[in-house]
Amino acid sequence: MTCPTIRQGLVFCRHPVQNRLTSGQGRLHDDTIEPRTYSCGVAKLSATDTQAGANSLRSGPDGRGRFGIFGGRFVAETLMPLLLELDGAYRAAQADPEFRRELDYYLKDYVGRPSPLWFARRMTRELGGAKIYMKREELNHTGSHKLNNVMGQILLARRMGRTRIVAETGAGQHGVATATVCALFGMKCAIYMGATDVERQKPNVFRMRLLGAEVVPVTAGAGTLKDAMNEAMRDWVTNVHDTYFLVGTVAGPHPYPQMVRDFQSVIGVETKEQIMAAEGRLPDTIVAAIGGGSNAMGIFHPFLDDPEVRLIGVEAAGCGLDSGRTAASIERGRPGVLHGNRTYLLQDADGQITEAHSISAGLDYPGVGPEHSWLSDIGRAEYVGATDQEALDAFQLCTRTEGIIPALESAHAIAYAAKIAPDMAEDRIIVVNISGRGDKDIFTVAEHLGVKL
Amino acid sequence: MSRIARRFATLRQQGRGALIPYVEACDPDFDTSLAILRGMPAAGADLIEVGVPFSDPSADGPTIQKAALRGLKGGSTMKRVLEMVAAFREGDDETPIILMGYTNPIEAYGPERFCADARKAGVDGLIVVDMPPEEADLLAGPAAAAGLDIIRLVAPTTPDDRLPVVFSGASGFVYYVSITGVTGTRTASTDELAHALPRLRRATDLPIAIGFGIRTPELAANAVSVADAAVVASALLNTLEATLDANGQATARTVPAVLEQLRALADAVHAVRK
Repeated sequence: MTCPTIRQGLVFCRHPVQNRLTSGQGRLHDDTIEPRTYSCGVAKLSATDTQAGANSLRSGPDGRGRFGIFGGRFVAETLMPLLLELDGAYRAAQADPEFRRELDYYLKDYVGRPSPLWFARRMTRELGGAKIYMKREELNHTGSHKLNNVMGQILLARRMGRTRIVAETGAGQHGVATATVCALFGMKCAIYMGATDVERQKPNVFRMRLLGAEVVPVTAGAGTLKDAMNEAMRDWVTNVHDTYFLVGTVAGPHPYPQMVRDFQSVIGVETKEQIMAAEGRLPDTIVAAIGGGSNAMGIFHPFLDDPEVRLIGVEAAGCGLDSGRTAASIERGRPGVLHGNRTYLLQDADGQITEAHSISAGLDYPGVGPEHSWLSDIGRAEYVGATDQEALDAFQLCTRTEGIIPALESAHAIAYAAKIAPDMAEDRIIVVNISGRGDKDIFTVAEHLGVKL
Repeated sequence: MSRIARRFATLRQQGRGALIPYVEACDPDFDTSLAILRGMPAAGADLIEVGVPFSDPSADGPTIQKAALRGLKGGSTMKRVLEMVAAFREGDDETPIILMGYTNPIEAYGPERFCADARKAGVDGLIVVDMPPEEADLLAGPAAAAGLDIIRLVAPTTPDDRLPVVFSGASGFVYYVSITGVTGTRTASTDELAHALPRLRRATDLPIAIGFGIRTPELAANAVSVADAAVVASALLNTLEATLDANGQATARTVPAVLEQLRALADAVHAVRK
C-alpha cells in the first residue's frame, strides 16, 4: 500500500506509523502507514539541483500547506487574506531569476556565505570514533544561521511594498538578524521578546536597540518565545496595512514553514558540496539542534532523498525528558494546533499549552516546525533529547578542543554527536550544525559554573 | 429550525436588533460565571457567547487574555464548560448559546465527541477563532451531524471575491470583525461600518453581528442600526475584573455589576427600531 501522508512516491518508514487523517467530509479516521524499503540509487550530488522529483520527500507541503497531517493555516480570518497574498508573492519571487540573483548577492557579500565546513580534528581525536565535521553557521554575519532566512524574507517584504517589520525572538538571534536587515534597508522594526528572555539575553537586547529596533518585552504567560509569538501575531493583525510578519523558524501558518525552510536550505546545499569535496561521499549522520527547527530543516532538507544519510534532530530535554521541565515537543508532546499550524506540542489533557523549559532561550518553545513532526512520524528523521547539563558539557568541550564557542542551542547538537561518535567506526562521518556562536551565552554558562562575571 | 435561527426570526418580526454578551467560563470561578450566564437573558441578552478559555488566545486583546487565564485558574476544562451550559439549559430552553474558542482544546477533546457532547449540553453554535474556512473540515462533518451552527468570522481584510469562500458552510449568523486588530481595542467608525455592511449583505442572507471594540450603549445601538446584532465582550469583562478582590476572587458586587452594565447595553440596543 502507499503511504497516505505522502502524495506520491517512496516511503522511508522504519516502522509502522499511526496517522490520523481527515477525509473530505471532515471525518477522522486512523490509518497505518506500512514500512517499505527503498533502495537508493546514485545520490544526487549536484548542490545546485534543488528541484524535487516526483518520488521525493522534498516536494511538500501540499496545496493546503500540509506535511501529512501537520502544518496548515490555523489563523483568524483577518490574517487569511494576508497569508494568501504572501503565498502568491513568494511563488512569484521564487519564479523570478532577479529575486534569486539579488538574494545570492546579499548572501555572499553581506551574510558572508558560503560558511565553511570544518573538520573538528581535536574533538574527533578526543572522542575517538567517527570523524566530526562542523558546519560553521556561527560565522555568518550576526553570528547565527538566522540571517539566511531573514535576508530572503526582507527582500520579499520589500517586493510586497511593506515598510514595517514585526518579529518574535527567543534567544534574540532572530531578533538581532531582523533588526540588522531593517537597519540595512531603513525599515521600521518591532521585536517582541518574552520578559524572561529580555532578562537572560541582555547583550542581544542591547544589540537590537543599537540597530534601531523597538524591543517590546512581553509579560504574558511565562514571558518566553511562545508568548512573544502571540504578541507578534497580535501586532500583525492590528497593523496589516503596512506590516510584514517576519517569522524566524520553520513554524507558523503556511507558507512560513516552507519559505523559511527554503531560505535555510542553503546550509544543506553547501554542506553537500563541501563534504563531497572533502571526503568524496555523503556523511553518515547529520546532527542539528531543534527548537522550532529552522537550522535543522535547513541542513536536513537537501538530504531527505539520500536515505543512507541518518538525520538526527536534538531537542532540548531541559532537566530530563521525564522531568516535566523540558522543551522536547516531539518526544514528549502530541499533535495539536498552535500559532497557525498543527504540529507536536507540549500540552495538557485539555489541550492547554504548557510551558517549555530549556537552559537555552532559543529552544524554549513548546512546539516544533510541522515538517519535523511529519519527518518524525514517517521515520525519515530521528528526534532525541539532550539535557541542560549535557549541553553545558558540550559547550565546554567544543570551546576547549576546537576554539569555537558555540551557542547553547548548538551545544545540544554537539552533545548528541559526542554521545554517538565513540560508538561509530573511524571511517564514519558526522556533520554537526553549529547554528550560532556562544558569546551571547557566556553569562548563563558562567552562572551555571558558579563564576561571577 | 435551530434556536439561533428562531431567535433571529422572532427579532426580525419584532423589528429589533440583538445584543450578544460574552461570558468567559469559570472566570473567576465556575459558580460566578454560571450565575452571570443565568442572569443574562433577564438582563436583556438575546443570544450569549460563552468563551472557552485557552492558554494562548493570540487573536484576543489583553482583557480577554486575562479572563482566559482567570478561567483556567478557576478550573475551566472543556468538560466544565459543557457542564456550565447544561446547568444553564435547566432553566432556559430558548436563549441560544454559542461557544467561542480556539481549535486546540476542541482537537484535544476530539471533534466528534466535542460536537456530540456540546449538542447534548445545549450548545447551539460554534465560533472557532483560528479555524478559517480552509481548515474547517475538521469540524464541518461532526458539527453538521450534531446540528450545531458554524458561525464564520469575516474581517475588513476579507476581499469581495473571498466572501463566498467564507460564507460557504456558514450557518446561524455571520460575525463581522469590524476592525483589523485584537478584541477590546479600537472601535470601527460609523463610516467604516456603513461601507462594510452592504458589501456583506450582497454576499449572504444570514443575520450579521458586529463585534470587536463595542464598549458603550451608544456604540452598541450604532452597530444594530446597521447590522442585526452587537457583540459585547471586553467591556463586560473589564467590569467583572474591577469587582474582584485583591486575590482575584469574586465579590458580592461581581454578578450584579456585570448584569447592570448588560441591562444598559440591552436597553440601548432594543430602543433601535428596525
